[in-house]
Amino acid sequence: MPGTETRHKVRDVSVRMLRGGSGPPVVFLHGANGLPQWLPFFELLAATCDLRIPEHPGYGTSDNPPWVRNVGDLAMYYLDFLDGLGSDKVHLIGQSLGGWTAAEVAVRNCARIASLTLLAPAGIRVKGELCGDNFIWDAEESVRNLYYDQKIADQMLAMPVSDEQADIMLGNRFTTTKLGWEPRWYNPSLERWLHRITVPTLVIWGENDKLFPVSYARRWGELVPNCRVEIVPQCGHVPAIEKPDLTAKKILELIGRS
Amino acid sequence: MQFTFFHLMPYRPLDMAERHKHRAAWVVLPNNLYDPKKGADEYQSYIDQLVYSEKLDFDVIAVNEHHQTAYGMMPAPNLIAANLIARTSKAKIAILGRALPLVNNPINIAEEFAMLDNLSRGRIITGFVRGIGNEYHATGINPFFSHERYQEAHDLIVRAWTKPGPFPFEGEHYNFRYVNCWPRPYQQPHPPIWIPSQGSSETIKWAAAPERKYPFLVTFSARDLVARYLNLYREQAKQYGYEASPDQLGWASPVYVADTDERARKEAKAGVETLFNDFLATPFQMLLPPGYMSLSSMKNTIRMRKALGAQRRLTADELIENGTVVVGSPRTVREEISRLRDATGAGKLVTMLQFGVLSDELTRRNMEMFASEVMPHLRN
Repeated sequence: MPGTETRHKVRDVSVRMLRGGSGPPVVFLHGANGLPQWLPFFELLAATCDLRIPEHPGYGTSDNPPWVRNVGDLAMYYLDFLDGLGSDKVHLIGQSLGGWTAAEVAVRNCARIASLTLLAPAGIRVKGELCGDNFIWDAEESVRNLYYDQKIADQMLAMPVSDEQADIMLGNRFTTTKLGWEPRWYNPSLERWLHRITVPTLVIWGENDKLFPVSYARRWGELVPNCRVEIVPQCGHVPAIEKPDLTAKKILELIGRS
Repeated sequence: MQFTFFHLMPYRPLDMAERHKHRAAWVVLPNNLYDPKKGADEYQSYIDQLVYSEKLDFDVIAVNEHHQTAYGMMPAPNLIAANLIARTSKAKIAILGRALPLVNNPINIAEEFAMLDNLSRGRIITGFVRGIGNEYHATGINPFFSHERYQEAHDLIVRAWTKPGPFPFEGEHYNFRYVNCWPRPYQQPHPPIWIPSQGSSETIKWAAAPERKYPFLVTFSARDLVARYLNLYREQAKQYGYEASPDQLGWASPVYVADTDERARKEAKAGVETLFNDFLATPFQMLLPPGYMSLSSMKNTIRMRKALGAQRRLTADELIENGTVVVGSPRTVREEISRLRDATGAGKLVTMLQFGVLSDELTRRNMEMFASEVMPHLRN
């Protein structure tokens, strides 16, 4: 069953949010391409969890407050967001840019976080291991380089894009540029503070990720105290799309719902 | 009209087959394709051309800034300007421009321009630009903040030139406890500021504001676009309650003159086509990174490009037809320029008489013919 779409307001910022399932509360923070459709991966989580997927401020039809100027601002927004959910604690999941944001939330305050799952997160830099330059890639490369299985890329590229969707994608690119261009996809301070993440943490990384090399997964594993690292073979930058069953299984094990 | 001799300083010995193995002649083009011995010859030829243009009676000689590219060998245009100051005596020297958002300390730009203005005893014209999108890949500066940084850097530089220092500057991107420009500029209140631009309504509105009245130059655009943007500026000036003077309006264009149309087209062809297809052509992601222009302008640009279809090589003939370049006999060139001048009220023409792979010999002939057969007829 697809999730339902709602609006969610925190202070004066209203965002679009998908919600589905019941059980322990789970919040998924999306990546730089914006809020995806209701994916099979979400369905797997929603089978036993209460899943919320907010669209970040600055993306899609969510409000675009001018005070979000970097990922730190976005993290402060999500601290407010978590405080306002009415749950004691949530299981926090983030993909790529969303993973970076989730880590920035967690180093600030883990009081509302039961567990943390980072799917190929941005946010740190491993010297000598250059990340892919997705700002120079053309539209087709930007899709192809995200997936190990090019059949998935073929399908995505074959999907028609309406003018309205194209406008949303462009707006998302603007916000992504604001957040990720400089320094490219990381916050130099973040790795100094990752020891503050005190909750059980799972890092999942596609072995064939062309955006952030898999060596980044090991670095996260060294820096976050209570952290398990799962490397997914034959998988690119988005394990939730390319290997939904495995990704959901590992997360549900962490949450204790498997 | 006021005539400017403008140079991009392209690296002509570029191996074009190698160049097309890469996305662009910018940023990602390996610099082992640059041969310093050939490059040194290029600098010498180009500086000689710039100096010679003063003897041919051009009013202004001009250089500009681009980074990590074979398109233009002037990442530091002020170095060329300093050289030109020493070798000329009456022409104005324009740096069109420095790209303000690319630097983290705009006071350096204020200082360097002030130095050049002193060295030349007031012959400097400055250009304030944002750099083209490629520059944001080359420098890492976030294009999303390009407009903000430009505005702030502009305010800082003008204040550094005009306000007694030291004073503090408190901005979003730029913050300084001490702004105290030594030396002060030679020209008072400050050297002229020109705004070269591909044209955007935001920039036009800003440049035309009564407290600025900055000369606005439409660069390398088809004649319809030149006319549209210059007339937009005039309209804007009227809305501000004044009439834009010819001095405030200009355009920049490659120009080639020979004794007949046919000969001019034949001789200009390789230069024009390499300029647009080999040196300048750049993929969308590099040329227009997100935030470089406003979301609404970007949407329009994308729709326009979609309508145009797949990118292909432009021919000299079509660039001549749409007026992006002016090529022909003295009469053809005079007519083309005066038509656009009359349609826009523009008083400034920035000519690029060397472009693409155009040789020293053809460049020299082009310069001499333009200076003797075109320029005198279009002076006021």
